[in-house]
Amino acid sequence: MSQLELKRSKVLEARFVADEDVLKHISDTGGVKVRKDRAQLALNVKRFVKKLENISDDEAQEILEEQNYVAVLGACAEASELAQTPGKNVTFDSSQYPEKPASTPQSSKKYSASNKAQLKSKKNEFVSTTPYRLRKRLTAPSLHSDSESDYSASCSEEEEEEKDHKETSDVILDQKTPSKTRAAPTPASKKIPAKKLKEELMSNLVEEYFEAHSSSKVLTSDRTLQKLQKRKLDQQTLLVLLNKAPPAFTAELKELNQQHESLFSKWMLQLHLGFSIVLYGLGSKRDLLEKFRTSLLQDSVHLVVNGFFPSITVKSILNSITEEVLDHVGTFRSPMDQLDLIMKRFKEDSSLELYLLIHNLDSKMLRGDKSQQILAQLASLPNVHLIASIDHINAPLMWDQAKQSLYNWLWYETTTFSPYLEETSYENSLLVQQSGSLALSSLTHVLQSLTPNARGIFRLLAQYHLENKDNPSYPGLSFQDFYQRCREAFLVNSDLTLRAQLTEFRDHKLIRTKRGTDGVEYLLIPVDNGTLTDFLEKEDEDM
Amino acid sequence: MSTSSVSKGCFVFKPSSKKRRISSQTADYFSEAKNDSEDSGLRFATCQLLWKQINSETEKIQEELNKQLFDNLISFLRQSHSEFQTKKTEWMCRMKSSEIPTAALVLGVNVTDHAMTFKSLSEVLQDNVTPYVVSLQAKECPGIKHLLQKLMGQLMDCSVDVDSSEEDECVNISQKKIHCSMASLSKWYENVTKKTGSETPSKKRTSSSRHWQSPPIVVIFKDMESFTTKVLQDFIVISSQHIHEFPLVLIFGIATSPMIIHRLLPHSVSSLLCIELFQSLSCKEHLATVIDKLLLTTEFPFKLSEKVLQVLINIFLYHDFSVQNFIKGFQLSIVEHFYSQPLSVLCCELLEAKKRVYSLSHNQCENIRSLPSFRRYVESQVSEKQIALLTEDSFLKEVTQELLEDLHIYHENYFPVLRCLHVFTTSLPKYPLGKQIRELHCACLGKRVWETDEYGSAVQLLRMLAKAELVAILQKCVEIFTSSSGKQFSNTVEKLGEFLTRFQNLEVAEANEAQDVCVSSQKELQKKMDLYHLQKTLLELKESKRSKKLTKFEMLRFEVVDFIDSLVRSYLAPAEMQTLNEVVYFHTANTLREHLNAAPRIALHTALNNPYCYLKNQTLKSDVGCISNTAPDICIVYKLHLECGRLINLVDWLEAFSTVVMAVEGTDPDSVATDQVDEIIHARFIRAVSELELLGFIKPSKQKTDHVARLTWGGC
Repeated sequence: MSQLELKRSKVLEARFVADEDVLKHISDTGGVKVRKDRAQLALNVKRFVKKLENISDDEAQEILEEQNYVAVLGACAEASELAQTPGKNVTFDSSQYPEKPASTPQSSKKYSASNKAQLKSKKNEFVSTTPYRLRKRLTAPSLHSDSESDYSASCSEEEEEEKDHKETSDVILDQKTPSKTRAAPTPASKKIPAKKLKEELMSNLVEEYFEAHSSSKVLTSDRTLQKLQKRKLDQQTLLVLLNKAPPAFTAELKELNQQHESLFSKWMLQLHLGFSIVLYGLGSKRDLLEKFRTSLLQDSVHLVVNGFFPSITVKSILNSITEEVLDHVGTFRSPMDQLDLIMKRFKEDSSLELYLLIHNLDSKMLRGDKSQQILAQLASLPNVHLIASIDHINAPLMWDQAKQSLYNWLWYETTTFSPYLEETSYENSLLVQQSGSLALSSLTHVLQSLTPNARGIFRLLAQYHLENKDNPSYPGLSFQDFYQRCREAFLVNSDLTLRAQLTEFRDHKLIRTKRGTDGVEYLLIPVDNGTLTDFLEKEDEDM
Repeated sequence: MSTSSVSKGCFVFKPSSKKRRISSQTADYFSEAKNDSEDSGLRFATCQLLWKQINSETEKIQEELNKQLFDNLISFLRQSHSEFQTKKTEWMCRMKSSEIPTAALVLGVNVTDHAMTFKSLSEVLQDNVTPYVVSLQAKECPGIKHLLQKLMGQLMDCSVDVDSSEEDECVNISQKKIHCSMASLSKWYENVTKKTGSETPSKKRTSSSRHWQSPPIVVIFKDMESFTTKVLQDFIVISSQHIHEFPLVLIFGIATSPMIIHRLLPHSVSSLLCIELFQSLSCKEHLATVIDKLLLTTEFPFKLSEKVLQVLINIFLYHDFSVQNFIKGFQLSIVEHFYSQPLSVLCCELLEAKKRVYSLSHNQCENIRSLPSFRRYVESQVSEKQIALLTEDSFLKEVTQELLEDLHIYHENYFPVLRCLHVFTTSLPKYPLGKQIRELHCACLGKRVWETDEYGSAVQLLRMLAKAELVAILQKCVEIFTSSSGKQFSNTVEKLGEFLTRFQNLEVAEANEAQDVCVSSQKELQKKMDLYHLQKTLLELKESKRSKKLTKFEMLRFEVVDFIDSLVRSYLAPAEMQTLNEVVYFHTANTLREHLNAAPRIALHTALNNPYCYLKNQTLKSDVGCISNTAPDICIVYKLHLECGRLINLVDWLEAFSTVVMAVEGTDPDSVATDQVDEIIHARFIRAVSELELLGFIKPSKQKTDHVARLTWGGC
């Protein structure tokens, strides 16, 4: 019986467990015994597993009560072995919580009826693991029943009797998880009650930081977007959906914008006095700058740069200045030479004036040191007037003292709260499905300009690529194999010709080469399979 | 034409040439600002004129301050190549060791000011020493090839200036073709010097009389620290090989400390240099001079209020040490003042301002009447005068003239007394009123300085000054007052002179007296006595000292201090108390801080955390730490993300978001299945998350599927 006692405590521990770690720990210490018993318990375990499968069933609780603790323990161990994949772990976790109060006599006594009802009604929500503190906060008002605290207290007492310190801490860590999970179902009331977090937050900030960064392991739930029906939306549907969403605070937003617009002539004045203007603050400043442009710059030469455009470069900015503003024909060896020419021209001709509007000066493509240096030098010209916007929180770090003095910034806060529609519309943002339409069109365009043989070579590679699409460890087609296939198809006659072709592909980023562990060169197509299939279909149509 | 495209990021707009404006009308933008503003044209002209004056003044200051340094540098250059000029063997033997004379110029960390120093340095050198001055920046020279190209290019250009025009073309042509190497450089130098040498003496006089016979080539490395070590090393090694062919001098611009030379260059390379160290003036001194010449003077009518000055000084002390930026801030405050204050039209020379008062419109008179300082003035007048001031424009104009004159006189008195007080307070231990005159100035501008504790303790300490010190200080004060333009100070000077003579007279009398006291007490102590008596006599001695009548010196000292105190009380009244001070003082420190020293991160955080600050909607009013569910999507998503650790599960985040949003819309969360998040909410979530990514709060993470990493910690 003492053994049973011991096991019970372990059972208790195991039940809280959401983590594989602790499960492993159990199988390490108690596992030997459990395994011995397993043969006898096999039946029980099976039943338990069956129950696990239909958790939503209310009966599960009662049935679980009938099980003895050892069985549950065995099940735990078993289940953890069965379900190593994270996805299964999740269901496993949720199954344990309802069973726990029922199976532990002391705590079930304290458990209030209302609580139980609540638990039952929202069992399907147990899966949710909303971020930490929100849940804590949500819990605070509705679950101030003492059952919660009592429960954890009694539990830790038991632990302390038998377990050493390390284990206790383990358990306490795990206790957090269930308590939080249980909090989740409480409905978010009209106004989520505030909890004075601030003081606590300030004092613990430093400790929390080190706590969070002390281990490489991060405790988050394992749920993936795959489980949701709608995983990723493409850009089109996203836009359509967003248009459906009702706009909020239109009056206030309009007022904000009007405030900013009243500054337009002041900006012009300061631009003329040799300052550059940088706009910061939450919200897209694109519309504001557009309005500035259309209302004040119509009669003067100006250049608009979309910094958020994914393939913008300083070179393209300089090119549009030299080619379109200065009407210069000719090429340059380096951006530096180009800049020299621009500066010379602007210094010579004082009647020349240029307004430079840069949306998102801090975009990925422009934030580099060299780009900023060149732009700063442009801005330092007395007849080039720069007005730019920044959004990134660390944007000011781009500029050192020297650059800042070249830019001669005046800062203006223009918080607009308008959504960054244009800025996030390029296919680079999170969660948005890459439709690949751009990639497809570029693919067809490049291939149309190639010889039929070259197209055949690419087709061959693409087909092989698609044949292997289900193979996760597909390394690519090795060069030798590829050469063999091409020869067989009468596409090339020597490996030199093939290499020449491949170089062409590589230049257009149609293929990528990778050296395998064995030193063999493998060829890959860095385009996603859907696009590739589309492409092949289109090719077939053409032929 | 639209500016959004999927294939292009740059859009040029060129208006048709006839529509294009020919001249810039900056003044137009000045007037466009407010429809009710008056005299904008005049104001703008005044503003531009004032700024021009101030700008030239700052340049003059810089020039003066750098003069010493440049003189030293020039004499160094002269010395370093005097041997080369005379072609003595001495030079040759020195050059055998291939040492390049090098000036290390320590400029300090205020990088922004360096450009101006270098500009004037190369001008001075070109005027006085040699036409061949080359300035190189690290960013232009990523490799030794680029460096030589730049060097040759600049040298060829400046040689053109000296050479006659026929050479012009051939040089220009060859410049492209020339293979940039040290050999070609030395050949070029030989050519150039031979040419000037072979010319007739008279011609030579005219063309290069200012320069020396064989002018050295001066290469300035503007930012030595940023050069790649390899480029520097290569250049030094190569040029040391050729040093006997042409005289080369290097100037290193150093922002940190001279130690950097040895850190950048190994011993084998640095031994090729013959380094002499030069120290430029410190930025603190520079600032002090600028403040002295621009602010503490009646020369310029425009003045900064205490808070504005404090902002500018803080930016200087805590951010960049850059005098350039200080002047920029000054410029901005001038522009802001003239732009926002319609009465700034009177901010000019006194005579001109008096003239302008006559032509003020009725609106402007109303503007004057609404000035807080003028209202105070009106209230202090008798009732008939009050009515006249408030109703009759012509009377108001007369009074305004008087008041402007008073303001001018106030300034004329203020600055000498301020300097005088500064002389007194700098000699005190611990500097209760600040070490720099700018601190004292700030203290006086803001409030009645004589009511502050610091002033009290300063006066206490002044009452303990030694005589020698006091006399020296008084002499300085006399100098200050006599050099000042104020007419009221003749009495003060007389009074101070009288004090000085009385101090001198004291000397003799006092010496005797002091001796007496000393002798008597000494005698007492020399007697033999027991412990009790000794104690008693010592106590008596102490007692007598305390109750002792003040000596004549001490009386006089009190008198001096009281006199200074009375000066302070009558002349150093805070500027804000002066009537019409709004005309010449720029007060809005806030705008200045916003535009010069902005905090974009705080603005973002406030907008995300407390949208009510910007969107004045009652539904957004909420307590701290609570997620208002009506807030814009991005605010909700941001607040939810603040609660997470390093990684955030997107699914959970989405769910939390939908929970919060659903609560707004009044739908019962129970009725909706958790897995089925509404499509629109999903789309809104996606948008908010990609916006947060754009703002740099999160980034996609590969550590775990469907997780993003948080990039900030804590509140922001």
